Amino acid sequence: MMPMRGCRITGLACIVALSACSYAPMTYMRTYGPAADPVTSLGWGLTIICSLVVALIGVLVLIATLRARVARGLLSTIPIAHPGGGLRWIYIGTGLSTLVLFALVVWTMFTLAAVASAPERPAFTIEIRAHQWWWEARYIDDASDRTFLTANELHIPIGKPVQLRLIGDDVIHSFWIPALAGKTDVIPGQTNSAWLEATQGGTFRGQCTEYCGAQHAHMAEFVIAESEADFDSWWTRQLADAPVPTSKLPALGESIFLARCAACHTVRGTGAGGIVGPDLTHLMSRRTLGAGTVPNDPESLAHWIVNAQAVKPGCRMPALDLSHEEVAAVTSYAQTLL
Amino acid sequence: MNSSELGQAPRIMSASESVIDLKLKAIWETRPGIRGVLCSVDHKRIGIRYIVTAFVFLFMGGIEALIMRLQLSHSDLKILSPEAYDQLFTMHGFTMIFLYAGPVLSGFSNYLWPLLLGSRDMAFPRLNALSYWIFLLAGIFLYASFPLGLAPNAGWFNYPPYSSISYNPGPNIDFYLLGLIFLGISTTVGSANFLVSLLRTRAPGMSINRLPILVWGTLTASIGNLLAVPAVSLACVLLFMDRQFGTHFFDVEQHGQPLLWQHLFWMFGHPWVYAIVLPALGIVSDALPTFCRRPLVGYTPVALATVATMIVGFGVWLHHMFATGMPMLSLAFFSAASLVITIPSAVSTFAWIATIWTGKPVLTTAFLFLSSFIVLFVIGGVSGVMTGAVPLDWQLTDTYFVVAHLHYVLIGINVFPVIGGIYYWFPKMTGRLMGERLGRWNFWTMFIGFNLGFFPMHIVGLMGMPRRIYTYAPGLGWDTINLITTVGSFVFAVGIGLFLVNLLVSLRRGRPAGANPWDAPTLEWSVPSPAPAYNFVVIPVVASRHPLWEDRLNESPERSSLSRGYRLVQGRETLATTVLDAQPDLILKMPGDSYAPVVLALALSMLFVGLILHSLWCTGIGVAATALAVLVWLWPQRRLGQRAEPAHV
Repeated sequence: MMPMRGCRITGLACIVALSACSYAPMTYMRTYGPAADPVTSLGWGLTIICSLVVALIGVLVLIATLRARVARGLLSTIPIAHPGGGLRWIYIGTGLSTLVLFALVVWTMFTLAAVASAPERPAFTIEIRAHQWWWEARYIDDASDRTFLTANELHIPIGKPVQLRLIGDDVIHSFWIPALAGKTDVIPGQTNSAWLEATQGGTFRGQCTEYCGAQHAHMAEFVIAESEADFDSWWTRQLADAPVPTSKLPALGESIFLARCAACHTVRGTGAGGIVGPDLTHLMSRRTLGAGTVPNDPESLAHWIVNAQAVKPGCRMPALDLSHEEVAAVTSYAQTLL
Repeated sequence: MNSSELGQAPRIMSASESVIDLKLKAIWETRPGIRGVLCSVDHKRIGIRYIVTAFVFLFMGGIEALIMRLQLSHSDLKILSPEAYDQLFTMHGFTMIFLYAGPVLSGFSNYLWPLLLGSRDMAFPRLNALSYWIFLLAGIFLYASFPLGLAPNAGWFNYPPYSSISYNPGPNIDFYLLGLIFLGISTTVGSANFLVSLLRTRAPGMSINRLPILVWGTLTASIGNLLAVPAVSLACVLLFMDRQFGTHFFDVEQHGQPLLWQHLFWMFGHPWVYAIVLPALGIVSDALPTFCRRPLVGYTPVALATVATMIVGFGVWLHHMFATGMPMLSLAFFSAASLVITIPSAVSTFAWIATIWTGKPVLTTAFLFLSSFIVLFVIGGVSGVMTGAVPLDWQLTDTYFVVAHLHYVLIGINVFPVIGGIYYWFPKMTGRLMGERLGRWNFWTMFIGFNLGFFPMHIVGLMGMPRRIYTYAPGLGWDTINLITTVGSFVFAVGIGLFLVNLLVSLRRGRPAGANPWDAPTLEWSVPSPAPAYNFVVIPVVASRHPLWEDRLNESPERSSLSRGYRLVQGRETLATTVLDAQPDLILKMPGDSYAPVVLALALSMLFVGLILHSLWCTGIGVAATALAVLVWLWPQRRLGQRAEPAHV
């Protein structure tokens, strides 16, 4: 019956939501940073209040229905009456609802103020360009020779707020790392900003949440929060050029890469300077391919290189007409891009 | 005005004479056969056509949803290609929102208004027919894109730049834009018709404080539509020009602004949400009291709440755009407005509960649909409150939480009252009652299926599953809940199927209903079932909100007069009354059945087909035919008093 249902639903929702945190990497009911935590409290508060309201109304409807119900039959045999007292329901019900709503408005506004901007000056800025269907990230440092490009995976230091500059390139996308901050749309023609900070280490998954075309479903991004030392050494490694391949197969792979892939991809330190696709200089430092579509292992990599269309239909990377040997060569070259 | 005053007015006759009955029949009845089908302007036929057509679209949108649910029942399924999925979710949204939810309520109001208001037809009967034909043809126009594999694929919200020619070069989006502009004509003329009908064609004594709440709901929705539809039609025209004529309204390269679309769309979109729920709330407010054997608690607060909802509804559109990077002050304002809009809903909710609590509820199938609606309404309402809180919305928006919310709103607040309303008014429309036994099965299957299918979407939303994705990776914790949702959606579909079976069986074998099977209080139940073509033998004179319960409620000495009143048998006529107090004012000459509406609608479709085909010829002929049809339509007729009578020499 309805109110029983209401209670059960409320209870069930709480239990499921709680247990969900442990195995749902994209949940925002448990968060790990000051840009999200006040919102999470508001979220839990509202969920509980709303569940109680639903349960209460469900119980009232059920009691109202059952307490004076009359057997089904000819309706005309049941007298019509106009008992008073009904209006009290409206006054009390609406009065209480208004009070609760007013409190919620206040709580909402305080939460809004709490997450509107970073509590201290952000450590640095990452400029993010959203493309169909991947994320380009430029780490910006005051020293221009410490600026570099990467894609789909952001590293940040634990405990430091980071500023994000979100720039639209083609269509509208939305940047979202649920465990760290809410969404901010990435809109062509305007630059939006957001900030995030992680209070503990870990890999936090997010994905595009504004419908952006065929591969909207495969446009994930990851934030890796790590200690400051790890972060600094990661940054330094990212600045390096790609190594020159030393053995025969990767060297062959490099020449094929330069002929077939360089129009779209950059590998710093080589002649490959394309800007259509992601910068691949440190491809092997990333854990997935195709913005979270497949894991970055040798098998997926080879498959991706020869026929990305089969892995991510509609993506901008064409299927390449490469022989088995050529694929093996390019794959082994790609694996040198540490 | 009371009936004794009117008793002294001229042309008052007793209604018992069957001669009059026959005469009225001859004047008002539509001819049988295909001719009658094409040229009828009877609001009851049009209303039923609207409902039937809207249900056909509901079934199509439902099948689209079931196919999508199969694809989403487990991670990484490949039943649908991304493009197929995108076309399906776009068409599902467009169909349910534009071709079902709005039109089905227009159907109820078309059927019921003159019967509720005590008149013989809507103020503009031919416009009424036109509104239906355009709705039908716009729906067919849009669905013609499906077999071609060219259905719209940018979502029902159709945001540029994704919907611009650079990213979406096919005709898919043009089908969307032209279809929506075309359909907008139907909504606009329909709303204007409701508005004028309300202002001028109420029975004497039907002052505004005696209107059924359904009338308040449709009135508010109509005004909302008249103000909101131009925004979206404009947006569609601008985007169509961007795509086909090289303008740059939304083109970033040329300093256009993609957010302009979002503002125009949601300035329309949010009031439209209220337009597709307020009349449904009216159905509940009018039908529920009948089964509680008492008048609605708090008529005036509920009527005012209806109007207030629509007014505030015009100030909340930005809550669809909280994540677009708005200034904090706008966020705070629109967030507060979005929470405040809950207050009028609370008024109605407690009015319904009080009506049941203080009444003597009879648990018919209609009652089950209408009372369970209250709980679904509250679930949809509180999840709306959650999304109205800006910072939380940054997490909730574009996840399945919002999908759950909007389905509780659209199914809970539209489909449940509509089906309850059909159980309630089916006897009036057909003369037969719907089966109660099957009705119970119908209700419980729908109710359980709906909650099983849609409640878990809240949870998978809180677990971070985004909307509009054609598939998802394993390991995100979404698999089980999606499977439950898919099962629930099929159970729900079975429930809708049971409704259809019940409808078809009852149509042929239902128990004969008689004029007033529910012993209900309002005017439509004073006439035989099914209602005769002319509605009322005499135009009634109304003295209260409950003309058929007056003797029992005995709240005032005045009595409505249902059998004595204006007879109006000199051709198609109905009574015009004054705007506020409904005092008799004029006798309106009403147009008869006419081919003009269907011809005009066809001419307009030719224009739109020409535009989609880029055919100058077809468009040109469409324009010329439209102009010609309008000319013929407006040509002064002596029968309507638009030309002077020839002088008798």
